[in-house]
Amino acid sequence: MNWLDHLPALMLAVPLFGAFIAPLTAWGGKGLRNAWFLLVSVVFSVLAILLWSRVGAAGPLIYVMGGQGWNIALPSGISIPVRILMEIDAFSAFMVLLGAVASLAGAVFSVAYMDRFSGMEKFVALYFLMVTGMFGMEVTGDFFNFFVFLEISSVASFGLVAFWRDRGEALEAAFKYMLVSSLGAMMVLLAVAFLYSRYNVVNMATLGKVIEWGMVEKTALVLFLTALAMKCGSVPMHMWMPDAYAEAPAGVTCALIAVSQASLYGLFRVCFTIYGAFMGSPVIPWVIIILGILSMFIGVSMAVIQKEVGRLIAYHSVSQVGYMLLGFGVGLLALGDARAMADYGFTALKGGVFHIVNYTMYKGLLFLAAGALFYATGSRNLNEMGGLARRMPKTMVLFMIAAAAIAGLPPFNGFVSKLLIYESSFAVHPILAVFAMVTSVLTLASFVKIFQTAFLGPELKKFAGVKEVPGAMLVGMTVLAVAIIGLSLFPTWSLNNLVEPAAKALMDQTSYIGAVFAAAATGGGL
Amino acid sequence: MNPLSVVARTVCNLFAWFLAIFGIYVIVHGHLTPGGGFQGGAVVATFMAFLLVAHGGEKMQSWVRKDRFTLMECFGLTLFISAGLLGMSKTFFFNFLAKAGGVFGGVLPIGPNAGALNTSGTIALMNLSVGIEVVGGLSMILLYMFSAAHPQEPMGREESGHDR
Repeated sequence: MNWLDHLPALMLAVPLFGAFIAPLTAWGGKGLRNAWFLLVSVVFSVLAILLWSRVGAAGPLIYVMGGQGWNIALPSGISIPVRILMEIDAFSAFMVLLGAVASLAGAVFSVAYMDRFSGMEKFVALYFLMVTGMFGMEVTGDFFNFFVFLEISSVASFGLVAFWRDRGEALEAAFKYMLVSSLGAMMVLLAVAFLYSRYNVVNMATLGKVIEWGMVEKTALVLFLTALAMKCGSVPMHMWMPDAYAEAPAGVTCALIAVSQASLYGLFRVCFTIYGAFMGSPVIPWVIIILGILSMFIGVSMAVIQKEVGRLIAYHSVSQVGYMLLGFGVGLLALGDARAMADYGFTALKGGVFHIVNYTMYKGLLFLAAGALFYATGSRNLNEMGGLARRMPKTMVLFMIAAAAIAGLPPFNGFVSKLLIYESSFAVHPILAVFAMVTSVLTLASFVKIFQTAFLGPELKKFAGVKEVPGAMLVGMTVLAVAIIGLSLFPTWSLNNLVEPAAKALMDQTSYIGAVFAAAATGGGL
Repeated sequence: MNPLSVVARTVCNLFAWFLAIFGIYVIVHGHLTPGGGFQGGAVVATFMAFLLVAHGGEKMQSWVRKDRFTLMECFGLTLFISAGLLGMSKTFFFNFLAKAGGVFGGVLPIGPNAGALNTSGTIALMNLSVGIEVVGGLSMILLYMFSAAHPQEPMGREESGHDR
């Protein structure tokens, strides 16, 4: 028995175990708790890399929880999978990998950043629960479990957003996020109920196989689309995002970004794998494209006028999610038309997938840098900052890398993914590319604003005592900076090995379905 | 919250134990009768609610220690996930105790029968662990709800923020 077969289960078991043990580390003092925090984070990151390389080598993996064997999806005499099934294709493995990297960076950063606060063992437990929920959403092959993991990650993140409970704003942000998320989760549950009442299955692969295009399916699709677009922060359902991202402790925000990307993952899993070619009309792809355009433009125009560093960067998240929605929307539009797919659809998908990894890395780094500014100066307001370049040179360099990447300056990775999206959306309609480019210009403008106000200018007297942030925070930021530089310097490698398999897996509905039912042949099913 | 009259307190003292026993029954028979770890655990936690209502908050604070409940919570959850991990020789959450003859390893004859307690393998074990976790968690929630409803009565060394 090869233990690597159990990777999908370990991906959930390790952070869950970490969360359950975390409160006990309170008895061992600060050192033990930090060691546990880092150890578990490193372990699940290593597991994520192993999982990703295994899926890359062997194609979609399945894992049957509690079964006689990990690959017996259909015990003899049963035609649909009834056990708890996990399924990981290249797209899921890609999402797990970058979620793990973002969570690792957030964890390393938090060790120093949260050092002066009490209640940290609960913080660690909630952090790991949130990570478990995120991994669960990405590895599950079953819609009901998708809902369960969505709830786990949401509930854990409410607690983390409200961690600084002496701040009224943090409580307000958490409450707003809770209302929006609960509504979204109920809509997901309702959509699952619609599909279950129609087909008597909740398994994703089986649904993808049997689904037809009717009223029930349309209703379910609209519910999924609304709820998951809400969870990933698309305009007009974005109002929770700036609050929650700006108020959560910086390390948490870094992981929270990856968590909201898991909702985006769910959205595209539904659209591409379940509905796929049955999507029939171009209405849904166009809805996604228009949501993307709106998010891009409204997000960035709200961002330019913000004075708080955290809120400014958080509004950029809205606009960056717009890019991904645009890319995937264009890809979805081309799905089912082989010529359009080869022409621009696949480029758009690659752009969207590449933008997910780029966004998670540089946005995480930006939030960590904003957290570092707050840690050093005690201020969130840009108008009060200035001249920090001499005081915090390392933070400045790291911030500069992230800002250049998000603004899409060549040769940084943001440039590559944005170029792919411009190119492909131009083929659909030039106005889409125009919107995307204007957004990019405004993005650059607002990051020049932060950089200029916070780091440049004469030194301020009140910041004379400001020192560079502690080493652990710099290490956390460096993890992400190294990822950004790696993706920037080797765009061809990342496109071929990281992005393309994920984009192909998204298009490839048959092998996702096949992975469950092919196992039937060996397991003696049907 | 003030203590109730001596009559109410005596009745609550007595009936709290019945509730606890009934809750434990629901947990232990989780695999045979309706209910299970969560439901039974919630019933056992009403033990705390009864005493909290009858005796008032301050007295309860001096009687119980919250870190015991944290310990219970962690123990239950760890037992749960360990039961999953021990099945790893086949798959995660594989029922390795069922029909093995040992703890919860009994075998039932096929056909209508009353069921036996010593069956079902890890299902019973997981009911137990969820029960322990829910008792700890819900009792703690009740205590915290009390301290939130009466912020003027400080509870332990908790502070409004997390600053040290």
